[in-house]
Amino acid sequence: MDTNNIISPENLVYAKPELMNNNHMHYCPGCSHGVVHKVIAEVIRELELQEKTIGIAPVGCAVFAYKYLDIDWQEAAHGRAPALATATKRLLPDKMVFTYQGDGDLAAIGTAETIHAANRGENIAIIFINNGIYGMTGGQMAPTTLKGMKTSTSPDGRDVQTMGNPLKILDLVALLDGVCLATRTSVHTAAAVKKTRRMIKLAFENSMAGKGTSIVEVVSTCNAGWKMTPADANDWMVENMFPVYPIGDLKNI
Amino acid sequence: MSEEITLMKGNEAVAHAAIRYGVDGYFGYPITPQSEIIETLMEAAPWNTTGMVVLQAESEVAAINMVYGGASCGKYVMTSSSSPGISLKQEGISYMAGAELPGLIVNVQRGGPGLGTIQPSQADYFQTVKGGGHGDYRLITLAPNSVQEMADFVALGFELAFKYRNPAMILTDGVIGQMMEKVKLPEQRRRRTEQEIREQCPWATLGKTADREPNIITSLELDSAVMEKNNERFQAKYRVVEENEVRYEEVKCEDADYLLVAFGSAARICLKTISLAREEGIRVGLLRPITLWPFPTKVLNEYAGKVKGMLTVELNAGQMIEDVRLAVNGKIPVEHYGRLGGIVPTPDGVLEALKEKIVK
Repeated sequence: MDTNNIISPENLVYAKPELMNNNHMHYCPGCSHGVVHKVIAEVIRELELQEKTIGIAPVGCAVFAYKYLDIDWQEAAHGRAPALATATKRLLPDKMVFTYQGDGDLAAIGTAETIHAANRGENIAIIFINNGIYGMTGGQMAPTTLKGMKTSTSPDGRDVQTMGNPLKILDLVALLDGVCLATRTSVHTAAAVKKTRRMIKLAFENSMAGKGTSIVEVVSTCNAGWKMTPADANDWMVENMFPVYPIGDLKNI
Repeated sequence: MSEEITLMKGNEAVAHAAIRYGVDGYFGYPITPQSEIIETLMEAAPWNTTGMVVLQAESEVAAINMVYGGASCGKYVMTSSSSPGISLKQEGISYMAGAELPGLIVNVQRGGPGLGTIQPSQADYFQTVKGGGHGDYRLITLAPNSVQEMADFVALGFELAFKYRNPAMILTDGVIGQMMEKVKLPEQRRRRTEQEIREQCPWATLGKTADREPNIITSLELDSAVMEKNNERFQAKYRVVEENEVRYEEVKCEDADYLLVAFGSAARICLKTISLAREEGIRVGLLRPITLWPFPTKVLNEYAGKVKGMLTVELNAGQMIEDVRLAVNGKIPVEHYGRLGGIVPTPDGVLEALKEKIVK
């Protein structure tokens, strides 16, 4: 088989999702964001929601999420995405509204908006990228940073006595009656990507069905911020992140 | 239809006017002295009639960001609060200005700084017309002096906000919010359909159709060259607003030797001062700015060539006086009289100040 054979349409086993455009991504090579963006684009297409979807981008690494998926977007102030999504979904109940937020955005500055949108059971999907660090601003400590983990604002490692403990916000949110789906996934293996895809699809379906708030936490890597190769970052995540943020459903009703 | 006149509070008038105007969403958080706005809306339950969404948010911060989200969809959305809560909303207002989003914010002012008092004040003038939030932006500001204007300015605020794609504020205070007067409410309008919004607001995030590019609502632009262009576009828009949207009222100005300059509740007090002064043979008029931004600079400058002096009367330590002095540009004396911390001036107090500081 030569190159021409390989690239011929009948041999194509993978394609860029239709909704992803050709803008150059600003994400670091090896980062989880690109994979999750692709999954979201595929799910929106599969559910034929491209004309009904409104995405809310956060402040953080995904602040430019709106550059990569050809849907309507709102770019929120830091932490406020669930408030924007609340109003958008209430005013446009037949649309699919999702937020895409990192751990600093969702679990630090936006804690109140996250908890209260979920408690009201807003019919929105929240895609939560948890990599335990502030990526965009250069690797500072996040609420989700692990005990002892070194960041630029915890250079000797996170001291939980003075800096607090890793915040398991999904566990908190899962307790709320307004939440129909609270699940943790990852995207470090093909099987994990498939599982994430299934959960994001369910979250989007829940939004359309008016079942309440769905939160999909994708435990992610930040190889640049963690100062590791992408492969080492994946191993480190499995070894260190998964015990604190275990993969699986906390709630799925 | 016979004329429908009702007796109600200024805050209640805002709520009823919002329903009548066909507002799509109200998002608020309780704070004295404006909680009647959300209470009236909840009592009226407009979701059963017009389909208007009314939501009590978890904070003023969340409420203004709900307004940002709703405005992004081209909807008529609004929030209300009082001074400490308005401070919390400043981030969202700046983002709305930066993303060129229309929306209405009502500030029923109380005395500050800090938690201050629940009594009326006009001490948020600087915050409202000089920025409030970060960045070079302007907030269209309407200052009602009656319950009727509280109702009327809901419509005017939305019209101006949508005309210029800019947030607008009704800047009022505890006097106007709490006092009862007769008011004629506008007739009920129906809310716009999604198709109408798509036509009127082609920028709105209502879901991307195949015939257009994605709509993206953002205030972010990391390329400084582009960001400068954005700012220049905002500034050009602000100059158009300043040229076309100045509103003010003149009372007994034709023969006046002296001018009182006051807005909102302070202007009401000045009306009585005018008659007290004229009984004593002092010919006084009132110029009442209705839009605080854009400010009636031109007309004040013209009056500086006609009258001998001006006294600004404000429920603060002297804020609007700076804009009056800039307008007058040193031609005549301009002084200030105000009471602080929630105390409302009396007509006699204003007259005494006028005599002491201006008439002499």
